[in-house]
Amino acid sequence: MSDVTRAEICVTACADAWRGAGEVLAHAVGTVPAISARLARLTHSPDLVLTDGEAFLMSEPPPLGGTAADGGVIEGWAPFSRIFDILNSGRRHSMMGASQIDRYGNQNISLIGDWDRPTRQLIGARGAPGNTVNHRTDYWVSRHSAKVFVESVDVVCGVGNDRARAHASSSLRFHDLGVVVTNLAVLGYDADGRLEIRSLHPGVTAEEVQANTGFPIECRSAPPTRPPTAEELELIRTVIDPKGLRDREVRS
Amino acid sequence: MGNKTLALADVASHVESGMTIGIGGWGSRRKPMALVRQLLRSDVTDLTVVSFGGPDVGLLCAAGKVRRVIYGFVSLDSIPLDPHFRAAREQHGLPVTEYDEGMFVAALRAGASRLSFLPTRAGLESDVLRRNPELRTVASPYDDEVYVAVPGIRLDVALIHLNRADAQGNGQYLGPDPYFDDVLAMAADRCLLSVEKIVDTAELTATAPPQSLLISRLFVHHVVEARNGAHFTSCEPDYRRDEAFQRHYARSAADPDAWRTFTEEFLTGDEDQYQAAVKSLRTLEGAPA
Repeated sequence: MSDVTRAEICVTACADAWRGAGEVLAHAVGTVPAISARLARLTHSPDLVLTDGEAFLMSEPPPLGGTAADGGVIEGWAPFSRIFDILNSGRRHSMMGASQIDRYGNQNISLIGDWDRPTRQLIGARGAPGNTVNHRTDYWVSRHSAKVFVESVDVVCGVGNDRARAHASSSLRFHDLGVVVTNLAVLGYDADGRLEIRSLHPGVTAEEVQANTGFPIECRSAPPTRPPTAEELELIRTVIDPKGLRDREVRS
Repeated sequence: MGNKTLALADVASHVESGMTIGIGGWGSRRKPMALVRQLLRSDVTDLTVVSFGGPDVGLLCAAGKVRRVIYGFVSLDSIPLDPHFRAAREQHGLPVTEYDEGMFVAALRAGASRLSFLPTRAGLESDVLRRNPELRTVASPYDDEVYVAVPGIRLDVALIHLNRADAQGNGQYLGPDPYFDDVLAMAADRCLLSVEKIVDTAELTATAPPQSLLISRLFVHHVVEARNGAHFTSCEPDYRRDEAFQRHYARSAADPDAWRTFTEEFLTGDEDQYQAAVKSLRTLEGAPA
């Protein structure tokens, strides 16, 4: 299918990250991750539990960008206080953004620059420290650049593999970094916990990825990211995201 | 049972400079904005603000009333960052204690239970510990695990906003999420509760289930009736967030002259004048009131 867009490649790559997750709460931050969780739920991962981003668990998800008030079928109530209990229990899987990420998967969404007087104050650590020590965490980066993929992040919010492995007690045994999906590629972690390229999106070269990554990255023999199936494309285009919100996050 | 109703105009007499105040709601949702606006009109200063922050934090920062913010995040939801909070951090180096959200909840729950700390995994090996060097870890007495010992936060005053209450301080929420308002009330020495409407006790459960009674009068010291008191944040199901006004707030905050105009128009008068100015802005823009 030659008319498949980059955004649709990203959606199915993200959807594959939920594959095999089982009966867990899908916590998806961003448009492409939200579409991907719905797609996974409607295809290979029917046990996934979705939320409306507010207080409700949805068996039939509400329209993209909407809440339970806009439609869908409510199957549970999970206000913010209960979300923290669920994440502590481990029955959750996050896909969240990263303003900076280093080669070990240390992630920053707090601020850029100095802690006491940042050049740019961002959203704050939010749940990243807790997510990364409690359950599987993937990252979604809509603009793969050397500003995001850096030698060293300014604040470690999401815990990376190097820190988790160096930790002396058994308290970090639930640390589980999965993949980093970007607008250029799918990245995973090698045996040493360092980022490596798993696949390049169609039309993307290894040189392009290296040029947009602020540290050396293993790109050899990376296969192309798989295209969506006809069923997946149909679901993305007509059921989940008929308004094409995905194209605002990832341009072709 | 005493009558705990308080006039909005008297709210600031219960908050003193240097206090630690907790503010309910979440981001730009069900914030006790009428109570916050009373603080803006007062001469109280040097506050330590504890909040899942939204425009409450931004406005108090802009008015120079904040010594430190303790938060899980500061966001306007549909606008990711509050411009006043950003400016306070980037231009003035405002001191903060930034916790992981789960740590922040642990701190409030510990405070509510009068515990020195609660253990949590959240924060381990993250820079939240390195940037807040007063934080300690604790070894489990049962196995080899280590946890972050999040110190309990006690609040001098909690400010929260709900949909309904009776005059005795029994508070009811009718929206989808209680947020952490009940925990804040329990973690505070004194709780000031504002509501859209004060009703008779029997009326609280006439049309809503008893489970919607979020906060008992055990934990409420004063009740303030403040219609539209969460504006411009949401107070479901009474009203949604006023997105147009929030955009106006954020745009004005980005420019000193525009902010001066905003302040004159909305913040120098009393609450009635604020609500009237909001209404007239809507009329000007042709939006439904």
